[in-house]
Amino acid sequence: MLKAGVVGIGKMGLSHCAILRAHSDIGSLAVCDTSGFLLSGIKKYTDFSCYTDYKKMIKENKLDCLFISTPSKFHKEIILFALQNNINVFCEKPLTLSHEDSEEVSELAEARGLVTQVGYHNKFIGTFQAVKRFLDAALIGDVYHINGSAYGPVVINEEGETWRSDPKEGGGCLLDYAAHVVDLMIYMVDMPEKVSGTILKKVYSKKVEDAVYSNLFYANGMTGQLSVNWSEETYRKMTTKIEILGKRGKIVSDAQECQVYLKDQSPCGKFEKGWNSFWITDQTEPVWFNLRGEEYSAQIDCFVKRVVEKNSAGVNSFKNSLKTDKVISMLQNDGAGGKA
Amino acid sequence: MDKVIFGDNQFFGVNHLSEEKARQQMKKFKDIKNILRVLDDVNDMGIKTFMVTTYESVEQICDHVRINSDQYKDFKINPCLPYAHKYANSVAAMGIFGTLKKYLKGNIVQSISKGGVALARKDFEKIMEILIDAELSIFKGVTVEAVFLQNVVTDLLLGLGMFDFFEAFVRYVENRYKVRAGFITMNMPMLYDVLESRGISNPVICSSINKINFRMSGGIEQYKTYLAEKEFHAIAMQVLAAGALRPKEAMEFIGSLEGVDSVLFGSSTKEHILDTKLLIEQYL
Repeated sequence: MLKAGVVGIGKMGLSHCAILRAHSDIGSLAVCDTSGFLLSGIKKYTDFSCYTDYKKMIKENKLDCLFISTPSKFHKEIILFALQNNINVFCEKPLTLSHEDSEEVSELAEARGLVTQVGYHNKFIGTFQAVKRFLDAALIGDVYHINGSAYGPVVINEEGETWRSDPKEGGGCLLDYAAHVVDLMIYMVDMPEKVSGTILKKVYSKKVEDAVYSNLFYANGMTGQLSVNWSEETYRKMTTKIEILGKRGKIVSDAQECQVYLKDQSPCGKFEKGWNSFWITDQTEPVWFNLRGEEYSAQIDCFVKRVVEKNSAGVNSFKNSLKTDKVISMLQNDGAGGKA
Repeated sequence: MDKVIFGDNQFFGVNHLSEEKARQQMKKFKDIKNILRVLDDVNDMGIKTFMVTTYESVEQICDHVRINSDQYKDFKINPCLPYAHKYANSVAAMGIFGTLKKYLKGNIVQSISKGGVALARKDFEKIMEILIDAELSIFKGVTVEAVFLQNVVTDLLLGLGMFDFFEAFVRYVENRYKVRAGFITMNMPMLYDVLESRGISNPVICSSINKINFRMSGGIEQYKTYLAEKEFHAIAMQVLAAGALRPKEAMEFIGSLEGVDSVLFGSSTKEHILDTKLLIEQYL
C-alpha cells in the first residue's frame, strides 16, 4: 500500500483526493493547503492527515508519491523539494512556468530514477487514444495539416480576480486551456519547429490573454493551427477538438465522437470508404471509480501503477511533457511581438 | 415513484455522444416555449415525473406548471442539485471564497471572509442547508417527490469519504421538505454499501445501467447482483448508453434485470418520447 500526499486542494486537488482514496493501492493520504476554511472541512469530515506546510507534510510522512495541484507558480519549488526527498511526483499542468525550469525538474527526476507525470488527461480519453492509433497505423496517409482547438466559459466577464488572472502566478489561457491542446497536438503529430502570427488576445482579463491563436510549422512541411478561447460562453464546458488532414483522408475528434473520412476502404477492411464514426462508448475502458469522467481515474491509475512498478517511462512523464513547455515558450515569445 | 421518468439533459446542451448535437439542441431550446411545448406533450402522454437540474430556466418551467395546475395535476418535478457548472465556473473565475460570498448570505460568509477560520461541523452543514434552500426556493408550489444530489457531488463525497454529508443531506431534505432524498452516481455498488453502513435504508439511487457496461463503475455483474439482492429504489439512466444502443435492445436488457424500478430518459421529439415510454412500459 502506498502513502500519497496532495498539495493544493482546489477543484483538481479535491478530485485527486477522492480518486486516490478510492484506489486499492493507496493506503493513506496526507493533504496540504493554506486555506484554513478548506482544511478545517477536510479535517472534520475525512481521515486524511492535514498540513499547512508541504515540507512538514513530506518530512513527517514517508510518502511514496506526491500530487501537486497548487497555483502553477508554486510547482517548481514543490517538485524540487519532493524529488530531493525521493518522492515520485504527479503535477498538474503546466509543469512549471518556463521550459528551462521544466528541464531542470525533469533532469533531476531522471537522475534519481523517479516516476513523474503531468496531468494532461486528454491522452486518457478513449476517442483521442483511438485517433493516435489511427495515425500510428497511417490510416489517413501522409498528414499535411492539423487543427487543434478548445473553447469554454472560464472568464466570461470583467469581474473577479484569482491567480488565473495574474501572469506572474501562471495565469492566462495559454498556460491553462491552450497547454492541453498543445500537448494533445504534440501527442498526435510531434512538436512544431516554428510558430508564427501568434495572437495572445485579451478579451475580459486585464493582465492575461483570454484567447490564443497561432500558426504552426513542422519539419516535414506539415502545418497546423491552434485556436483556443476560454471566454467562449457558447460552450457549456471546455470542449477540445482535433482535426487532422491527410492525403488519404481526415480525422475529426473531440472527447465524445471520433469521425474518420477515408478516400478508399482501408486495406484491413475495418474502415469503409467515406465517413466512419466511433463514439466514446466504444472506446472507453471501464474504471474502478468514476468522478467527472473516466480519464481522471485512468490517469491516476496509470501513475499509481507506474509508481508500484517503479516505471519511470510514461506518456505524460516530465521528460515527455517538456515538448509542451517548449511550444508554450515559442507561443509566448512569438505572441509578445504582436500583443493584441 | 413512477416507472417512467423524463429527464432534461437535452434542454440545456448535454449530449454524451455529440457536441454538435448538444449545440443544436441548445439552440432549439433557447426559446423556453420549445421546452414547455415538449413538457406539455410529455404530460399529455401520461409521463408524470420530470427530473431537472437547477439551472436558470427551471424557474420558468415551474411557473408554467404552477399556472397550468389543472393540466399538470399529478405532475412531479424532482430537482437534482447543485447545477455544478454554475459553481465550478464561478470558482474558476472568482475562487472558492468569492463563490461562497456570491451564493451565501449572513454570518457564515463573514467568518469565512476573515480567512483561516476553522469552522465547526454545524457551520459546514449550515452552508449545505443554505445552498439547498437557495436552489429549492424556485420549486415552491410545485409537487416534489424527491430531491437528488448530482453525481459530481455524490461521487466526490463518496470518494473523499465525507459520508456524514450523505446523512445530513437525507436528514435535511426529509425533515425540512418532507420528500425523499435521492442520489445520482456513477458508482452505484460503492455508494449503496456506504449508505447501508450509515443506516440510510431503502435509498433512491439513480445510476447508469446499460447493456454495454458504460459508466458502470464496479462492473455490470456487480450491478446485477446489487439490483437483485439489495433493497433500494433503482432508477436506471443512460440506458441507451448515450445513444450507442437501439431503444428496443436497450429496454429489453433493462427488463431482463431483476430490481430496476424506474427508467430516466430524455429526448427532444414527441415521437421518440412516446416510443421510449411505450418500450419502458412494455419491458419493465
